[in-house]
Amino acid sequence: MRVNLTVNGERRRADDVWEGESLLYVLRERLGLPGSKNACEQGECGSCTVYLDDVPACACLVAAGQAEGREVRTVEGLADGDALDPVQQSFVDAGAVQCGFCTPGLVVAAHDLLRREPDPSDEEIREALAGNLCRCTGYEKILDAVHSAAGAR
Amino acid sequence: MQGSDAVELVRPDTLEEALAAKAERPGAVPLAGGTDVMVELNYDHRRPEALVDLTRIAELATWSASGGHVRLGAGVPYTRLIDELGDTLPGLAMASRTVGSPQIRNRGTVGGNLGAASPAGDTHPVLLAAGAEIEVASVRGARRIPADTFYTGVKRNALAPDELITAVHVPSAAVPAEQFSKVGTRNAMVIAVCSFALVLRDGHVGAAIGSAAPTPRRVPDAEAFLAAELPWGTDAPLPDSLKRRFGELVAAATEPIDDVRGTAEYRTHALGVLARRTLTWAWDDHRGSVRACA
Ligand SMILES: Cc1cc2nc3c(=O)[nH]c(=O)nc-3n(C[C@H](O)[C@H](O)[C@H](O)COP(=O)(O)OP(=O)(O)OC[C@H]3O[C@@H](n4cnc5c(N)ncnc54)[C@H](O)[C@@H]3O)c2cc1C
Ligand code: FES
Ligand code: FES
Repeated sequence: MRVNLTVNGERRRADDVWEGESLLYVLRERLGLPGSKNACEQGECGSCTVYLDDVPACACLVAAGQAEGREVRTVEGLADGDALDPVQQSFVDAGAVQCGFCTPGLVVAAHDLLRREPDPSDEEIREALAGNLCRCTGYEKILDAVHSAAGAR
Repeated sequence: MQGSDAVELVRPDTLEEALAAKAERPGAVPLAGGTDVMVELNYDHRRPEALVDLTRIAELATWSASGGHVRLGAGVPYTRLIDELGDTLPGLAMASRTVGSPQIRNRGTVGGNLGAASPAGDTHPVLLAAGAEIEVASVRGARRIPADTFYTGVKRNALAPDELITAVHVPSAAVPAEQFSKVGTRNAMVIAVCSFALVLRDGHVGAAIGSAAPTPRRVPDAEAFLAAELPWGTDAPLPDSLKRRFGELVAAATEPIDDVRGTAEYRTHALGVLARRTLTWAWDDHRGSVRACA
């Protein structure tokens, strides 16, 4: 099947998509956007988080065909040219990235939080990022990064 | 994850088209938020002949309130339920807040919870305790199934093969004396080890357990005891003996199993505790409303 969708502001088309295939697979394997990570394929880790029509979702749990005609924004679509989004820059500066596998999903989830709540408390950050697992950092640096991104916006 | 067998994806824009598709091929699997279905597809646990995407059907994603009831479309995601109906359906919103993570709540729906009919599904005890009805439809017509008779076995429900869930009808809370509580191994992203919902309304008590029997179920003896014993219309505190007896009656109604998440014995014990606690909270809500009226 063919799927037409808008990704990071560009109209894209994917061909030969299997009907049961996930949006994550289409983004990574058919559209050349490997930013969103595939770690669990069961909604547990959040490393595949993308905006779907402006709402964060696990791309591994969206059937590609459900994205037909819709708008997807991935971690690749957050930067403005060469200028990283403040959330991305803060993750780098705060040392919130170790192996980096969880980072794209966390960045999208944190980006969404800061749109809704410009100055979140620790508790609000933990709640907003509860669907994103990180095996490396112990989360403290991630909290620091989100606070500093909030300050930078 | 690449497709071996052909699966057809049907993408109806209207409920009518969806019902026609389901009538034509009863084996087709409805796909709403996908938070249950896609896991099964990704892991090859399921290869349905067809999927029917319900997310393009606008009418499934709306709700309306009238005559003391809310009609909540089967496809309204949890996040919207929490944001838009937190005050009107406090018990259901409370249960929704405990589902998965923000990403899961942005996609997951009450219709999907009912379709999956897991004994651990978080909305079930609230729908039971609130006396909700499940609205289902097929090309043959629509009907309403009381939550009481909807759950027919482990992951089984009363839907006929050609039917879709269209909405739930839930009495709205005039007084928000509705509570939901679940036991899990951590705060976020947990499937309930056991759960409990309690609704107090004008002399009527609804109470139901989750994850503690083959299906979510009401606990009639505990409900009848409370309805008779509560000092309705007063703001009197409840004696410990009453709370204890309620907890015992709830625990006695469980029929749990041992599994990786907990032992049967633990579940029975924990439900007695949840019952006493939610009763304290719900009665506090009731007392607050009595004082507000005085
Ligand atoms: C990481 C993770 C955490 C989770 N945590 C929880 C939790 O804490 N509590 C909880 O209760 N659940 C949890 N779930 C399970 C799931 O999110 C819920 O059951 C959710 O309500 C499913 O809704 P959905 O719209 O995504 O359903 P889908 O996956 O689209 O469908 C689920 C089932 O219902 C059927 N169905 C869907 N809509 C209809 C309809 N309108 N008519 C007929 N059949 C229909 C489908 O065919 C399928 O069998 C979790 C899932 C994941 C992946
Ligand atoms: S890969 Fe999607 S949540 Fe883990
Ligand atoms: S940095 Fe390695 S998983 Fe988070």
